[in-house]
Amino acid sequence: MNHGKIKQILLLTDGCSNQGEDPAAVAAFAKEKGITVNVVGVLDHGSARDHGLQEVESIAASGGGVSQIVNVNQLARTVQMVTKQSMTHTLHGVVQNELSQILGSGQEVDDLPPDKRGEVIDVVDELGETVNLDVLILVDMSASMKPKLPMVQDALTDLSISLHSRTGENHFALFVFPGKRKETEKVLDWTPEMNSLTGVFQRMTTGGITPTGPALQAALQHFDKRLSKRSLKRYGEDEFPIEESGF
Amino acid sequence: MEKMNSQSKNQAFDLVPGTAWTGKWNQNPYKIIKTLGKGANGVVYLAHTRTGQKAVKIGEDKMSLTSEVNVLRAFSKVQGNVLGPSLLDVDDLIWKGEVYPFFCMEYLEGETLLDFAKKRGTEWIPVFMVQLLGDLDRLHQEGWIFGDLKPDNLIITGPPSRVRWFDVGGTTKQGRAVKEYTEFYDRGYWGLGDRKAEPSYDLFAAAMILIETAYPRRFDKPVGASSEKTLSLLRRYIQHSPPLAAYQNVLLRALKGEYPNAQLMKKDLIQTIEKKTSRKPPRNQQRTGNPRKSTQGRRGSAGSSKEKASYRPEIILTTSFLFLSSVLYFMGQWM
Repeated sequence: MNHGKIKQILLLTDGCSNQGEDPAAVAAFAKEKGITVNVVGVLDHGSARDHGLQEVESIAASGGGVSQIVNVNQLARTVQMVTKQSMTHTLHGVVQNELSQILGSGQEVDDLPPDKRGEVIDVVDELGETVNLDVLILVDMSASMKPKLPMVQDALTDLSISLHSRTGENHFALFVFPGKRKETEKVLDWTPEMNSLTGVFQRMTTGGITPTGPALQAALQHFDKRLSKRSLKRYGEDEFPIEESGF
Repeated sequence: MEKMNSQSKNQAFDLVPGTAWTGKWNQNPYKIIKTLGKGANGVVYLAHTRTGQKAVKIGEDKMSLTSEVNVLRAFSKVQGNVLGPSLLDVDDLIWKGEVYPFFCMEYLEGETLLDFAKKRGTEWIPVFMVQLLGDLDRLHQEGWIFGDLKPDNLIITGPPSRVRWFDVGGTTKQGRAVKEYTEFYDRGYWGLGDRKAEPSYDLFAAAMILIETAYPRRFDKPVGASSEKTLSLLRRYIQHSPPLAAYQNVLLRALKGEYPNAQLMKKDLIQTIEKKTSRKPPRNQQRTGNPRKSTQGRRGSAGSSKEKASYRPEIILTTSFLFLSSVLYFMGQWM
């Protein structure tokens, strides 16, 4: 939550990682670094489902994020809901912290009388509208995901529409795994626009292995790189402390 | 924002008829009569209260319910409180050690748009659309956008039959991102605009509602379709349905976001309805080719200067006088 910016990793997978470290461990580390990990599980019916389900839930739980399992035709709606809900959770947490500093620990928003609670939620709503957001999207390209990729592309375009309707700034990056030569491949570096997605997934070849853990690791490193690049430039150019966001 | 239940620990929260409680803060007693429905943010029950039968919405999620209360509260500050169901009480319910927020509002009894049209005839639908557009216009002028506009959130009360909305969970301040939406009615889904809360967002949804009345099973957007493709698909659906085809121009303009406010769409819709009804009897006055003429005559009743040698102006004047006085009478009753 440094500099009034929300950082999220959004993982789209059908679960069942089979290479590298435990993705849940990487997610737990991400959480410690202030990056929330949300997972949308696009699962098929069948025996692999249970295992996939477990993995999806445990990654999001460790990463302090939201998880949701969907059929592929509900993907667009879900991706946007998960992202926004996770944002609200983060902001709620921030406001909650501020509150307990003012009111003493143990005091929660829910303990307030309904009138006061309404004012707090107004603040959360306002922040959700104006806060800047970085989302790194991580798409599982293992063979079983292949038929779902057109829908994934639709869902990401939809996400971009939703987030651009806010007042706050958004930046997206897109990674896929496994990549052509490496475990993880960068498809799109930080950009405010996701319109450039068209055709990206058609060119991709899907692979057999699913290195979810290493992919999350790469995503984390990419966030770090962005931070250090930033600090080399002028410090905090388009970033501002959340306390000053105008209300 | 739309809520998901996957995370909510209280997913199966259900109160049986007869359940009674007293609010934590305001000490008002409630007793459940029956479940009315399930909204995005909670369950709505019909309940006995101190002031009679009211609707009570109990939230599964504290945050989004509070958001909705904020909207209703803002509405209640608007003169006459015509925008939504009136808010009567906001409190917490303690049930088995857990705290659930709830609010109590006016109970709107009625039928869904489609049920009503099935029973009473489809000629009602354009009338309700006109009413709806008038309400939307007022809502927009207060700085709000309805957001999740769909038949599920509308109810026909009466008699006299009137369309009202009751779930304001998606209502968003103008200029922000729409809080809640349903894909079929969402211009973002169709690739025909963003999700910024502005009047044209609601007008798109209104057009989709009208389209849905002719295609109750709805239809989907093809995956990866461009905005031109979806627009031509929607156009085809409109043209293939005789009742919709008459409204083609209004619908397409709304879908393309060409109406900056609800008032303009309402005006066009009224004109279309008038044209449609005046076409039925074969009295084609194609002298001037000016379709507005008749409407102007009807509207400008107060200062109609060019009186022709016919009884028409008199009849119109008398009807509008009767109409006006009945409006005044009803307003008097209302106050």
